[in-house]
Amino acid sequence: MDAADSDGPARLAADAVMARWRRDPHALVQILRDTQAVTHWLSRPLLAHIAGALGLTLAQVEGVAGFYRFFHTRPVGRTRLLFSDNITDRMLGSETLLAQLCARLGVAPGEVDAQGRFSVDRCSCTGLCDQGPALLVNHHQVVTRLDAARVDALADLLLAGTPVGQWPAEWFAVVDGVQRADVLLGGLADDAPALPVVLAQSPQALLDEVAASGLRGRGGAGFPAARKWLACRDAAGDLRVVVCNADEGEPGTFKDRVLLASHADAVFDGMTVAARAVGAQQGFVYLRGEYRFLLPQLEQVLARRRAQGLLGPDACGISGFDFDIALHLGAGAYVCGEESALIESLEGKRGTPRIRPPFPVQAGYLGRPTVVNNVETFCAVAHIARRGGAWWAGIGTAQSTGTKIHSVSGDCARPGLYEYPLGTPIAQMLDDCGARDAQAVQVGGPSGTCVPAPEFNRAIAFEDVPSAGAFMVFDRTRDLFEVARHFARFFAHESCGLCTPCRVGTELVVRRLDKLAHARGAGQGSAFDIALLHDLDTALHSGTHCGLGASACNPLRDTLRHFGAAYAQRATAPQFQPDVDLDAELSSARRATGRDDAGAHLHTDTPA
Amino acid sequence: MSAVDPTFDLDGQPVPLQPGDTILSAAARAGLDIPHLCWSDEVSGSASCRLCTVLADGRPVAACVTPAVAGQKVECRTASLATQRLRLLQMLFVEGNHFCPGCEKSGNCVLQVQAERAGMTALHFEALNPERPVDASHPDVLFEPNRCILCQLCVRASDEIDGKRVFAIGGHGIATRLLIDSPSGRLGDSALSVHDRAAHICPVGALLPKRVGFAVPIGRRRFDNEDTRG
Amino acid sequence: MNAPVASTPPRKLRVATVSLAGCFGCHMSLLDIDERLFDLVERVEFDRSPLTDIKTVGEHDRCDIGLVEGGLCNAENVEVLRAFRDRCTVLVAVGACAITGGLPALRNHLDVGTVLQSVYGRVPDDPELPLPLNRVLPIHEVVHIDHALPGCPPPADAFWQLLQDLMAGRAPASAPGLIRYD
Repeated sequence: MDAADSDGPARLAADAVMARWRRDPHALVQILRDTQAVTHWLSRPLLAHIAGALGLTLAQVEGVAGFYRFFHTRPVGRTRLLFSDNITDRMLGSETLLAQLCARLGVAPGEVDAQGRFSVDRCSCTGLCDQGPALLVNHHQVVTRLDAARVDALADLLLAGTPVGQWPAEWFAVVDGVQRADVLLGGLADDAPALPVVLAQSPQALLDEVAASGLRGRGGAGFPAARKWLACRDAAGDLRVVVCNADEGEPGTFKDRVLLASHADAVFDGMTVAARAVGAQQGFVYLRGEYRFLLPQLEQVLARRRAQGLLGPDACGISGFDFDIALHLGAGAYVCGEESALIESLEGKRGTPRIRPPFPVQAGYLGRPTVVNNVETFCAVAHIARRGGAWWAGIGTAQSTGTKIHSVSGDCARPGLYEYPLGTPIAQMLDDCGARDAQAVQVGGPSGTCVPAPEFNRAIAFEDVPSAGAFMVFDRTRDLFEVARHFARFFAHESCGLCTPCRVGTELVVRRLDKLAHARGAGQGSAFDIALLHDLDTALHSGTHCGLGASACNPLRDTLRHFGAAYAQRATAPQFQPDVDLDAELSSARRATGRDDAGAHLHTDTPA
Repeated sequence: MSAVDPTFDLDGQPVPLQPGDTILSAAARAGLDIPHLCWSDEVSGSASCRLCTVLADGRPVAACVTPAVAGQKVECRTASLATQRLRLLQMLFVEGNHFCPGCEKSGNCVLQVQAERAGMTALHFEALNPERPVDASHPDVLFEPNRCILCQLCVRASDEIDGKRVFAIGGHGIATRLLIDSPSGRLGDSALSVHDRAAHICPVGALLPKRVGFAVPIGRRRFDNEDTRG
Repeated sequence: MNAPVASTPPRKLRVATVSLAGCFGCHMSLLDIDERLFDLVERVEFDRSPLTDIKTVGEHDRCDIGLVEGGLCNAENVEVLRAFRDRCTVLVAVGACAITGGLPALRNHLDVGTVLQSVYGRVPDDPELPLPLNRVLPIHEVVHIDHALPGCPPPADAFWQLLQDLMAGRAPASAPGLIRYD
């Protein structure tokens, strides 16, 4: 039915893609992405063809294709639409719009229409929360600010077979939405020294400035950047790698998108400073698949920098400093934001977090000592390298130096980006974004902290409420149980499946929350369900392979603690209630026997 | 070597360690049991089952892949870790289809004996009831995917010992599954031989050599002996 | 703490037992406590049980202990299990089938109508007959279970240990070696 089925054209497409990637098995994720862009989906014979050409087994390639959410191993529509499914999209009505589009197209979510024209589904947050609801087209373009009228027009174009390139340009508009700029969003000063001038300092001096700045990683863990660099520089090995983690997958976070869109030079400056400081030759930007639309402009910036001599052999005019940066696209896997999973993905494998030690700074990409830092961290480095570590250390608090960019969304009048010195109280941020009647803020995304109103005097800082950059506001009309359930679904969907507690535990959490949400009859859930949720929370906080599993129950834990009433009202039955619909369990027997007497039915609720 | 061999402390017992030791390998050499499922000294570790989670200086780590450090305090036999092991085993039982009386691995099954040792009497969670088709296509080896606990021992044995790369891991999350490298995806079309280590390393009844089931009578199976039951 | 000295012999504990979708093998294993049965009947009174032929659980007096063998195969199993939960203070899942669904659950991936048709030639539709569930279920998915006694069947010693613990008012703790699944 599609190109992928009839061997010839699909194989030719794959061959062309593989030639472009020099049949490098480490480029497997890129090869699958580029091939699928032509064939729409990846059939098993096609995967076998690719495996053969790259010297991999079919099972290995199938394992990679089945890992990333953006790869399709079953037929999909020629146009694929994925609705961003962050809680903020839902608060803006994404589910209604999804239903509207599906009705117009005559297709169910997750399915393909009979003619194979389109498929519609959901995906994890696309990082457009301040201009949502949003959707992703063919894992390439994004449509923002969806409403009923836009969805209707979209359906018209889809049904008419209008190519994506001819859709109204304003649908694809992505704005920066900067509401409050400080040093990073303010950009480099016009008279800031050029990079070659900055790099005239010795590598040690560059490292010393970053150490003096107290800069800690902006990806969430807050590891001191200079310590990471030092460990990488001092690790054994001839080749070193600097990776910019632009896999901004934490729902509700969209600051890196803006930094890459409007401050790419600063980010690349920071990477180049890091490369000089640690002695790296190779640079990567791991760009999340959802930000595919940024790829052409980033390629342009890199090409210009090569032409300017800022990248390539003797970069920045420094003899012997050969450093270049390549772009690598993700394919829809939140866990790849974890640095060792990201490196696995860079190597063309399943994005499963590695066993550590060795740490990436000791043995990262292809075994080479590798520094992985967040986009915002590199952006900060560009400023620190010019203005000095002491200047940066003078901003923020003693333990949390500098500024932090927050992606504000949810129930507020002015969503967008807000940059503050670290140590700024949540209450001030709520005031500034026009949040009225907030009952909670999810700081740092689902893996972060749910801060209730009585704690709004707390500050965003590593020593108080740390944040990777998301700031989702919930007013008093929102049900925090449903928020937690949404996040639980996210983690179960994004679990890599390696370790038992995360693979099984995240699924069990979802089932139990679904049970409370959809409880049949008047009895609803019971205290037994709440007790089991506490058990699961303990298990997931007691030793998972990586941070995804360890933080998967954070929303559950925080909301159980601060919003227990939202759970209690769903758990009022004095007796344990089954999750199984017992009457429905008799359906086959009723059908077979033709019986419908009283004895042919069961009450699902356990009598009190 | 120093005059005194370096040791770490496991539940109050000094454990000598050698260069390259993990907590689990050092403990195993000293004859001290840290419960585990997915670890074998024959292949590299996957750290997937997490049953061997211990507290190393208070931090939960997988003993099978965490380097042993001289002077470290390692706790394994604590009440909270016992509960954690129980929950992990219950998760594995409900994830798959582990009905011991109907399984020929019974009595020789590591999952079974670990659960029995952990004092598991009930599933605690709801059964997820997988319905993955059984693969009996291979003349000498049966693959029952509903019993697979994704320990990756067969994957590693095939890669590292047999040099065949017959297995791989596919999917993600709760849909993670064992893949077989063959054009049909079935074992019968793969390069697996019953003489491969990968055909025998399965700790549960997911990969079973055919025609030898129930050959050992109850009472003489691997874990029937009270000494090996623990 | 001084416990009050009992002037009269302690009340006999009331015990009910049932086999739902089970094979009565667990009941046979209970009988395998042999001479300890004499001890047992001194200290417990049997309510509904295959041993007494009483048809309704806890009809007059609540039961202290309910032992449930077998999983849930049909509507009647569900009703009986609910009655046990309602009338027994401590409910114990006994044996592999009660705990996991067991051997009867092997039919779970088959359609009930197809099974009935192929077994009986025609689908039995007498309203006296309880309807089978689409899937055989372990009992803990329908009611709360206080304790479980695994095994196929649980060893006689495990029954005895459990009953002794419950008779002494202790939380049951199976001794090493008494927990086994086959």
